[in-house]
Amino acid sequence: MEAALAFVVSVFFAVAIYLMLSKHIIRILLGVSIFGNAVNLSIFTAGRLMREVPPIIPEALQTPDSAIANPLPQALVLTAIVISFSLFAFLLVLAFRAYQELGTDDTDGMRVAEPEGEPLPPLGY
Amino acid sequence: MTADGQWLTFLALLLPFAAAAIAPALTRALHHNAAWVLAIAPALIFLHFTGFVGPVSDGETLTGGYAWIPSLSVDFSWFLDGLSVTFALLISGIGTLIVLYAGGYLKGHEHQGRFFSFILMFMGSMLGLVVADSFLTLFVFWELTSITSFLLIGFDHSREASRRAALQALVVTGLGGLSLLAGLLVIWSATGVNSMSALLATESVLRDAPLYMAALLLILGGAFTKSAQFPFHFWLPNAMEAPTPVSAYLHSATMVKAGVYLLMRLNPVLGDTAAWETILPLFGGTTLLVGTLLAVRQTDLKLMLAYTTVASLGLLVMLTGVGSEKAVEAAVLYLVAHSMFKGALFMVAGLVDHESGTRDVTKLGGLRTAMPITFTAAVLAAASMGGVPLFFGFLAKEEIYAGLGFANGWTTMLTLVALAGNGLMFAIGFAVALKPFLGAKVETPKHAHEGPILLWLGPVVLGALGLVSALFSGVSHELVSSPMSSAVLGEAVTVTISTIPHIGMPLALSVVTVALGVLVFVMLGQGRAAMAGILNAIGWGPDKGFDQVMRGLTRVSFSVTNLIQNGRLDYYMTATFIAVAAAVLIPMGLYGEWPAVPSMPRMPFYEWTVLLIALIGLGAVIYARDRLTAIVSLGIQGFSVALIFMLLGAPDLSFTQFMVETLSVVILALVMTRLRLSPTDHRPTGEKVMDVAVAGTCGAALGLMLLRVTQVPFNSELSDFFTQYSRVLAHGRNIVNVILVDFRGTDTLGEIAVVMIAGLAILALVRVRSVKPIASKNGEG
Repeated sequence: MEAALAFVVSVFFAVAIYLMLSKHIIRILLGVSIFGNAVNLSIFTAGRLMREVPPIIPEALQTPDSAIANPLPQALVLTAIVISFSLFAFLLVLAFRAYQELGTDDTDGMRVAEPEGEPLPPLGY
Repeated sequence: MTADGQWLTFLALLLPFAAAAIAPALTRALHHNAAWVLAIAPALIFLHFTGFVGPVSDGETLTGGYAWIPSLSVDFSWFLDGLSVTFALLISGIGTLIVLYAGGYLKGHEHQGRFFSFILMFMGSMLGLVVADSFLTLFVFWELTSITSFLLIGFDHSREASRRAALQALVVTGLGGLSLLAGLLVIWSATGVNSMSALLATESVLRDAPLYMAALLLILGGAFTKSAQFPFHFWLPNAMEAPTPVSAYLHSATMVKAGVYLLMRLNPVLGDTAAWETILPLFGGTTLLVGTLLAVRQTDLKLMLAYTTVASLGLLVMLTGVGSEKAVEAAVLYLVAHSMFKGALFMVAGLVDHESGTRDVTKLGGLRTAMPITFTAAVLAAASMGGVPLFFGFLAKEEIYAGLGFANGWTTMLTLVALAGNGLMFAIGFAVALKPFLGAKVETPKHAHEGPILLWLGPVVLGALGLVSALFSGVSHELVSSPMSSAVLGEAVTVTISTIPHIGMPLALSVVTVALGVLVFVMLGQGRAAMAGILNAIGWGPDKGFDQVMRGLTRVSFSVTNLIQNGRLDYYMTATFIAVAAAVLIPMGLYGEWPAVPSMPRMPFYEWTVLLIALIGLGAVIYARDRLTAIVSLGIQGFSVALIFMLLGAPDLSFTQFMVETLSVVILALVMTRLRLSPTDHRPTGEKVMDVAVAGTCGAALGLMLLRVTQVPFNSELSDFFTQYSRVLAHGRNIVNVILVDFRGTDTLGEIAVVMIAGLAILALVRVRSVKPIASKNGEG
């Protein structure tokens, strides 16, 4: 089970990274979104897998009486999902505004902060 | 030493810094008269150190200090013997006169308070340098003098020449400081001691150590840069960009002698070897000749003096290197004499400049009636510099010739070098002291008249001192020259030379020197033209070399920056992921931590189906050629992840994931209606192959790491804690929720803050519109 998910996770990572290596900002964004899922899945898998037993304590008991899924990675992933969504939403709007202002969705054309062919800094004192 | 004395010395070391702190406010209140108040600080220090002259001349040494970093056995400590007390007296005594002089020189300058502050800070640093005992104290104060010198040279920071000179001095002396630090550490490791007093007690341990050569060369790197020895001499004349009080104080009387001080201090443990007796006279002698010859070329009073300072430092290094008793005594006498006459002459040059508006010697003349006091001071100082009998400089020169002599070819050569250097310095000294004052009156930019007392007090006192100290040579030798010489030699000696001339070889050489000096003085015009011709013919010097090095550095760092930070996002991403893959794979390979080959997992068919759907969604994202396909396939992989969570006992995750993926798809759809997805991937095939390789390797690396992680025993301590106490302590049955809102409640608060900040940032991005497009060449989007 973990092995199968480890394989799926590596495909998620590979696809996300391949998309992020592109020069098109929209592809990079798709990559970021998938990357978040890849990370979440690997945290989840690293905490070991357990089928169909959610970490909930029965009404009558103080502690669960049978084996349950590991709650800790679930709590971590829950936080991570929300954060990665915020990041994705922010990047999406940023990309859109950058496209509006700069007229391109190619990262090679987005050179406002690091312009191409910058002259030598002054050689005086 | 008594506890009171300890305290007072510590206070004396702190006093300049305290005075520096109040100087700006005081100057705002009292204007240039603040100098009278501020000069009390160095005067008190001078008085304090005169108290040590008695014990030190009896051969005592005094140490004191405090543990600084005891765990590293680093102390803040001082060490007083004849050498350091003499230096401390020179620094505080001349410092008093310089503070007064600066009061007159920069009268009305808007930053006079800042200037006082800098020069007092320098004084404190220099004082700390010469009394420092532990190596680290010495190094810290050594670097502080470089930094305060930088501030003072660049005082007039609105001129490029000042900035260049300041930076040049800092780079050269700062590099030397690093060399010194390395040298001191080598000495520490070779001898096991880290203070001067302990090092001097080890006698010849260092000389016999295998690291002797390394220690010597590194120490010389520090001393030669600080004391402007050829080929590092170029920064000193450039430092004349500083206001004249700085030139008089730092760049003739005190700071540039720090290197000589260091050599004298270490002479008993580093000296008396073939290397020492070859390297030092070689560099010192070269510096002496180069300095005097370059001085002949100059017409600016300050530059003439600056090059003779370079020459004098060379002479001092040469004499220290010869190392015989007479030579060291000569170095000591010359050092004291030089501090007095050169300080005075610089102040005279500044005074002439201040009153007449120029310091070009060819545009000055006949000032003797307008400035009689200045003229007197100038003549007194030049007489000492030229070594005229009855002056302190004469004693030094007699001793130089007595110390070198004609015993063999090597000393004969050094004697001839000293003879030439002294003759030229005689000529330059009198050129500075006489040319502006004698002859016909020349019209100057300002109408010249005598300066105020603040300005002439310093040169007069120092000039007169050159005469008085020689007339009472018995007293000055007993109090200053003999203790200092003893400290440098490491054994008790008595200096006996007096102003009464003895018929003999030194006197004959003195006569030759004066004759040579007079000859050069008369021929100075022709000499200057000849030197100018030679220098033009050479056309390159270390000063130009410095510019070339600095430009080269800028160019190299520019191209390195361009290479590493070229502004291409895909380049950065590729580098990042290659690094990630390497960071994961290399340790796994090195430590043999590859995962075991897993057996075929046994899962129900619906789980396989969900995983397969996720993979199909991923493939579809890559191959999507239009926006609808891209959005839908992104949704497919997202919802598959939600299903995986659902199947594996994480319903909370599943619901959140469904919600978030839905929102992502909606927002993406909104944006995508404006932003086209390029139908084709523009990457050329080669780049695609490269990207696939990087992405594949990185993905495989992370997958393998995950597989390996799942194959080690699981530590469930934390999970068990939450499971055990979720209901008992926090009264919640849903353990995941309890962790989020109770056990890790502040983390969740942080998460909420992140979401809020992202929301605000998005709002700002949507609302704020620039009036003009940022990149006008790309037009409106």
